[in-house]
Amino acid sequence: MVHYLKGSLALGAILLSSTAAIAQQRVVKYNADYDPAPLAAMEQIIADFEAANPDIDIQLNNFDHEGYKTAIRNFLTADAPDLANWYAGNRMAPFVTSGQFMDVSDVWEANGLKDSLGSALASMTIDGKQWGIPYTYYQWGIYFNKDAYAAAGVEVPGPEGVSWEQFVQNCEKFAAAGIDCITTGTKALWPGAGIFDYMNLRTNGYEFHMDLTAGKVAWTDDRVKATFAEWAKVQPYITKNHAAIDWQDAAALLVQGKAANYVMGNFAVAVFKEGGMTNDNLGFMGFPEITPGLARAEEAPTDTVHIPSGATNPDDAKKFLAYLATAEAQNKINAAMGQLPINKDSTVADDPFLQAGFKMLSTADGGIAQFFDRDAPAEMAKAGMEGFQEFMVKPENLDKILDRLEKVRARVY
Amino acid sequence: MSVSVWKANQRRLAPWLFLAPGLLMFAIYVIIPICQSMWISFFDWDGLGEKQWIGTANYVELVDDDAFYTSLKNNVIWLVLYMLSVPAGLMIAIFLNQTITGMRLYKSLFFFPFVISQVVVGLIFSWFYAPGFGLLYNLIELVTGTGVAVLADDRYVTYGIIAAGLWPQIAYVMILYLTGLNNVSPDQVEAARLDGAKGWKMLWHVVLPQLRPATFIAVVVTVIGALRSFDLVSVMTDGGPYGSSRVLSFYMYEQALSEYGYRMGYGAAIAVVLFAIMMVFISGFIWKMWRDETER
Amino acid sequence: MFPRPIEQTAPATQLLYKIAVPVALLLWLLPLLGVAITSVRPASDLAQGNYFGVPSRLAFENYRDVFVNSPMAAYMLNSFKVTIPTVIGAVALSCMTGFALAVYQFRSNLLVFFMFVAGNFVPFPILMVPVRDLTLQLGMYNTWYGLALFHVAFQTGFCTLFMRNFIKALPFELIEAARVEGVSEVKIFWHVVLPLMRPAIAALSVLIFTFIWNDFFWATVLSNSPASQPITAGLSSLNGQWIAQWHLVSAGSILAAVPPVAMFFLMQRHFIAGLTLGAVK
Repeated sequence: MVHYLKGSLALGAILLSSTAAIAQQRVVKYNADYDPAPLAAMEQIIADFEAANPDIDIQLNNFDHEGYKTAIRNFLTADAPDLANWYAGNRMAPFVTSGQFMDVSDVWEANGLKDSLGSALASMTIDGKQWGIPYTYYQWGIYFNKDAYAAAGVEVPGPEGVSWEQFVQNCEKFAAAGIDCITTGTKALWPGAGIFDYMNLRTNGYEFHMDLTAGKVAWTDDRVKATFAEWAKVQPYITKNHAAIDWQDAAALLVQGKAANYVMGNFAVAVFKEGGMTNDNLGFMGFPEITPGLARAEEAPTDTVHIPSGATNPDDAKKFLAYLATAEAQNKINAAMGQLPINKDSTVADDPFLQAGFKMLSTADGGIAQFFDRDAPAEMAKAGMEGFQEFMVKPENLDKILDRLEKVRARVY
Repeated sequence: MSVSVWKANQRRLAPWLFLAPGLLMFAIYVIIPICQSMWISFFDWDGLGEKQWIGTANYVELVDDDAFYTSLKNNVIWLVLYMLSVPAGLMIAIFLNQTITGMRLYKSLFFFPFVISQVVVGLIFSWFYAPGFGLLYNLIELVTGTGVAVLADDRYVTYGIIAAGLWPQIAYVMILYLTGLNNVSPDQVEAARLDGAKGWKMLWHVVLPQLRPATFIAVVVTVIGALRSFDLVSVMTDGGPYGSSRVLSFYMYEQALSEYGYRMGYGAAIAVVLFAIMMVFISGFIWKMWRDETER
Repeated sequence: MFPRPIEQTAPATQLLYKIAVPVALLLWLLPLLGVAITSVRPASDLAQGNYFGVPSRLAFENYRDVFVNSPMAAYMLNSFKVTIPTVIGAVALSCMTGFALAVYQFRSNLLVFFMFVAGNFVPFPILMVPVRDLTLQLGMYNTWYGLALFHVAFQTGFCTLFMRNFIKALPFELIEAARVEGVSEVKIFWHVVLPLMRPAIAALSVLIFTFIWNDFFWATVLSNSPASQPITAGLSSLNGQWIAQWHLVSAGSILAAVPPVAMFFLMQRHFIAGLTLGAVK
């Protein structure tokens, strides 16, 4: 049974279950940060797992998405659950190196996951060991409102997208029609990093982007400035109040046709559709090419589940991880979440956005980036994302911003 | 025997007996942590692994940290503007110091904002400022043609948050003054009135001197309130946009415990600076109390 | 009286005043009223852009939704579990410390007293890291008693100031008389002083209740899940989930405000007496 804490009743239930009133069931505590749609999906997966393992009770404790990122450091040391959501890549490194996450290489070994989850193996491996199970990933790209295109008299892009020049020109037309060409909501900072990542990947390529997030290149480098110079071309057409709103608020702007394009992850599709958009008026395209001839790299973050070192029931937690790694479970949860499964035997749901994303990612010859705050270390990520937000509000501060980031880089790495 | 020792010395022992539990708790949770924080500020520590002694490096970094100066500057703005609650509270108190029917209820309702949690106050004002549908946003749009997203603009954001903070603070000061006005000697006021004093003159020369205790408490609670601005900043902006509404207490929390932080040593160094600022006011307050106590 | 009583002015002025007061009140509470109205606005109104008009109907189901779809009840319960023991603990400790500091003359009396007073003004961040660490080590992180213990300790500072000044103002002859009759010090505290402290205890209790109920900083630092989070921290986290669902945020805000507001209106006299102690002297 899933405890989504329905008020004091659930509180009572937790108190009871911790004092063994629910006989024989072994409890696995799972801390997660799902938005409503994925939450429902995960509850279904848990129900399936519990049906197959009646002696295990998975208690899902859901946090709000932003608050979770702060809470995890607290509960890992203080009040460790048996399972916890997190992210692949550099983002999990601090917890691995400080010994907060348990080595789950045995789960990978016993279930042949190095083969079936092979595509994510590298991003889950530190020191030759695996530290969690990836269960989903999703593309980033440009989602657009075809009605807004029509209203501004702009030709709707095809599946191959548009050129950068065309995109910038379109922005002028949208501006003339009183529509925001690009929308975003940077109150939580990270959506702005998605735009930066693509600007940089398209201007300088994957290798450079990885070097920059790894601290090997100065932020005051001319190539970084080139990225911002391209960004400056569309900066005036970004939703003005983006710093005051959340990404969901910006999604509403796209739905209402007040904005035309949104650089976002595929999880936003659920929100667009909830707002009333359909496959007919919601479009998707890859981010336009900027520097000609660069190998195309894309952004596709992987979400993962880990076992904290302080887990009291790691054995049952590992059973759940093994289940979560199966093609069956990954099919089911990703179909419900509207995201892409990692298991190579799973199938991509019959959804135009997922199909397009899968095609885009599987043909990306430049490389796959995780996301700015997963590729760069935490402190750099925070400073960077503040800088991106500031740039989108006050592009004239660019030199000041880059100097500041360079100072942080010098300290962090 | 032990009974008689107690009997003989009970007046000497009793105070310590009564003080012991409170003093112990206070020492464990307040006095010792202050010292520990100062100690931690000389370390590099992520809260998970080993502490590493780095001497004054945290403070050296602080001196060259733009975000620190932004926070410090905002703290000063908070302190200065928060002081507006003292005259504002006095004005409202004078306005309400009448005895028409229902006045008691009016006074309670004016005091209302102070009883509410700052989290709720923050949410209320976020709604008030929200771009698109916020009341204030729409008012500004009506007057000037374009709305201003107060909380997304680095020029206004700190003032927007302070305005939210002033709301309960003015209510607090108002109640202090209402009580004070109740105790203003009617004889002196009448006497002054016979001498022809009225309005501002009366307020300044006759009433205010009698309100000095209330003013003193009002200033003290306002200073404390201004330096504890964490709640509103956290709820309304999370320090944004791009860190422009940070205050020291929030920056400290961000460095020590937030998603991208976990620099306990650096956070402790920020806390020590904040503590030093507060110490100036605490010393002043204690000094005044000392004078009052020893004069008696 | 200052200002001049309104009854002594012209009838027109009186009328003007009687209109001005409610109008000023309305303006003063405008943000709050806006939120109260939003809390009973159906979600469809907000979706259609009806932010300020008359709600199409009173949607009390918003409040039900808050309880059913979020751990609001648990948050509230947690707040009570933290607040009530804190009130009892802090008041009990400070009755004793206040008594000790008010009644006995000993050398370090003022020193101890000023230490309590100064501690009461300390900015929270200077305590944050060590207190969090201590709570972790005691295994009390993310529990109501971990929070309550800290609050008891910290509030003892303010309460001691309050109690000590209150007892100082009591007639000292009572204690003298009891001593002459050979009553022990403990009995003097219990039978002579404590009964006289009832108004102070009532005033402090309502005050501390409000302070602790409204605490956000420590709720954030010492708890992190609905199993122990008080309502302030809970509301802030729900605010992160209810993006753009202002009818729910508003309903949650109103709910969080109800207990301290009720406390205030029920115990108004004590509340204001507590708050303004020292403002008149």
